[in-house]
Amino acid sequence: MSTTSTRGLARPAPVKAAPAGPRRGLRGSPTFNFWLFTGPFLTGLAIFVYAPILWSLWLSFFEARFTVTPDTFVGFDNYTYMLTNDDFVGSLGTFTAFAAFIVPTTWALSLSLALLVNRLRFMRAFFRSVFFLPTACSYVAASLIWKMSIFSGVRFGLMNTVLGWFGIENIAWLVDPDPPWYWLVIVSARLWLQAGFYMILFIAALQNIPGELYEAAAIDGAEPGWQTFRYITLPQLRATSTAVILLLLIAAYQAFDEFYNLLSKTTWGRPPLVELYYKALGESQDYGAGSAGAVILTVLICAVTLLQGRFLGFGRGEESK
Amino acid sequence: MTTTTPEAREPAPAPDRPRRGGRGGGVMSSTGLYVATGVAGFLFLVPFYLLLRNALSTDAEITGENWKFFPTDIQWGNISELFTDGTVPFGRSLWNSAVVATLHTAGVLLVCSLAGYGLARIPYRHATKVFYAVLGTLMVPTAVTFVPSFVLVSSLGWVDTYRGLIIPGLFSGFTCFLFRQYFLGFPKELEEAARVDGLGYWGAYWRIVVPNSLNFFAAMATITFINGWNSFLWPLVIGQDPGSWTVQVALSNYMTNQTVVFHLIFMATAFSILPLVFVFLFLQRWLVQGIAQTGIKG
Repeated sequence: MSTTSTRGLARPAPVKAAPAGPRRGLRGSPTFNFWLFTGPFLTGLAIFVYAPILWSLWLSFFEARFTVTPDTFVGFDNYTYMLTNDDFVGSLGTFTAFAAFIVPTTWALSLSLALLVNRLRFMRAFFRSVFFLPTACSYVAASLIWKMSIFSGVRFGLMNTVLGWFGIENIAWLVDPDPPWYWLVIVSARLWLQAGFYMILFIAALQNIPGELYEAAAIDGAEPGWQTFRYITLPQLRATSTAVILLLLIAAYQAFDEFYNLLSKTTWGRPPLVELYYKALGESQDYGAGSAGAVILTVLICAVTLLQGRFLGFGRGEESK
Repeated sequence: MTTTTPEAREPAPAPDRPRRGGRGGGVMSSTGLYVATGVAGFLFLVPFYLLLRNALSTDAEITGENWKFFPTDIQWGNISELFTDGTVPFGRSLWNSAVVATLHTAGVLLVCSLAGYGLARIPYRHATKVFYAVLGTLMVPTAVTFVPSFVLVSSLGWVDTYRGLIIPGLFSGFTCFLFRQYFLGFPKELEEAARVDGLGYWGAYWRIVVPNSLNFFAAMATITFINGWNSFLWPLVIGQDPGSWTVQVALSNYMTNQTVVFHLIFMATAFSILPLVFVFLFLQRWLVQGIAQTGIKG
């Protein structure tokens, strides 16, 4: 369905000032109407999006424990504290490890599912629904099923039951970081939740590949199978693949729900947002350091988004009048 | 191609396409294809099976020595137990989630669609600047700013209130952006006809534009509702009193409780998923369309 989907629709000629007809005073005035339409949204945006960002920028330069109206200016102390704090820096490491697992596996699984479903001739809608259904579940619900049933560390957990049939000892999946089995739990939960969503994107993209390409390849003697996949399907999916990978990266960066719920009482495996949650809203209520952490994360994610813009030409204002 | 969603297109595999074997096929026989898909499908359904099995069993059966594939007696009584058990306010949290997700959806659609239309279609000198101010917020995901947002909302005294749960989440730059993109492609002739009939911008919007955009509104509504129902971080931060928990926060708390009542926890989880499964089964068309249109936009 590619990037044209929403704008392809009977694309109008470039918006050229609709005859600015001040026929009936205010009601017809474009300026008045512009603010009438956008005013509520912009007001909310200013209060609930811009104000918190600015406030937190301000807080990050103050000693602010248990208070949000501090008066001790500390310069960059909060930043140096966060950047030298083992927990916070470690959380960035956790994110990197997580992204290294989850991004390629989700990409590969969702693409495979899309290829499978796209080739089905019967029960296509059924299987697509099956793979898509987990998207309806929340991360909390999935964490609960994973933690208390599939990967329960005791003998009645599904995985331990299955392993038991082969005579393998119970594994404490979540409560023991060595070996780090918890990664298997976290990655499989997120795979289950996300794969169907990205599969939909890939199916849409697959259906946009012109059939003539495959015909031409067949005439040129390309073997159907790996060759056509490698030299036609994959290159044709490049835009979608890039988008999917960047979406996955940003989603991984914001991971919170499953880490918080699966690893609730542990001190390992905390990605940035979980670390920030405990730092700012936990016992110490250190808003200054928490805000500094938020600013650091924001800068990092801006870098990723800008990179995304590089790749996708996103928001380059192609259509802004 | 825009008007054809993958959904709509799918029943009739385009006739101009060679046999499916041509699409990277050939490696896998038809049987192999169905076996692979079947195995994957089976694995994807296992968590749902476990959820239902546990929700309808007794704790003794769930934690028993030998694995039981199905409960000996289906415990329908677990349902009433969930809602009468005084120790967990689960009915209350279901209600909270329903209120929050519904108002969230209604509010987001109203506010963001109006702004999207204004940005797309009303000629105003500084519209581009305003648009960049909106785009700028896309760079900063709201999840990262939960600390300052909490600070703001708590100083307004909105902790533990519906206002605090709903209002800060209404101003989604991304949804506004999607509406703008959609309205840019809305046929201009329709609005011009409305103008000729003497409607102003406001009248044309409500009488012509919205009624002709219900597909897009439905797609956005479905996605927004699912996100609202499933969101966790913000309700966790705001809902400190059990009376203001949404289902997600309630489930999370049951999970970390000292005393674990398995069949109730799983029944609660089943109920937390149920509304979305319905949304899913009946509105899948809008959902797929919405994802195909919006997901790609990142």
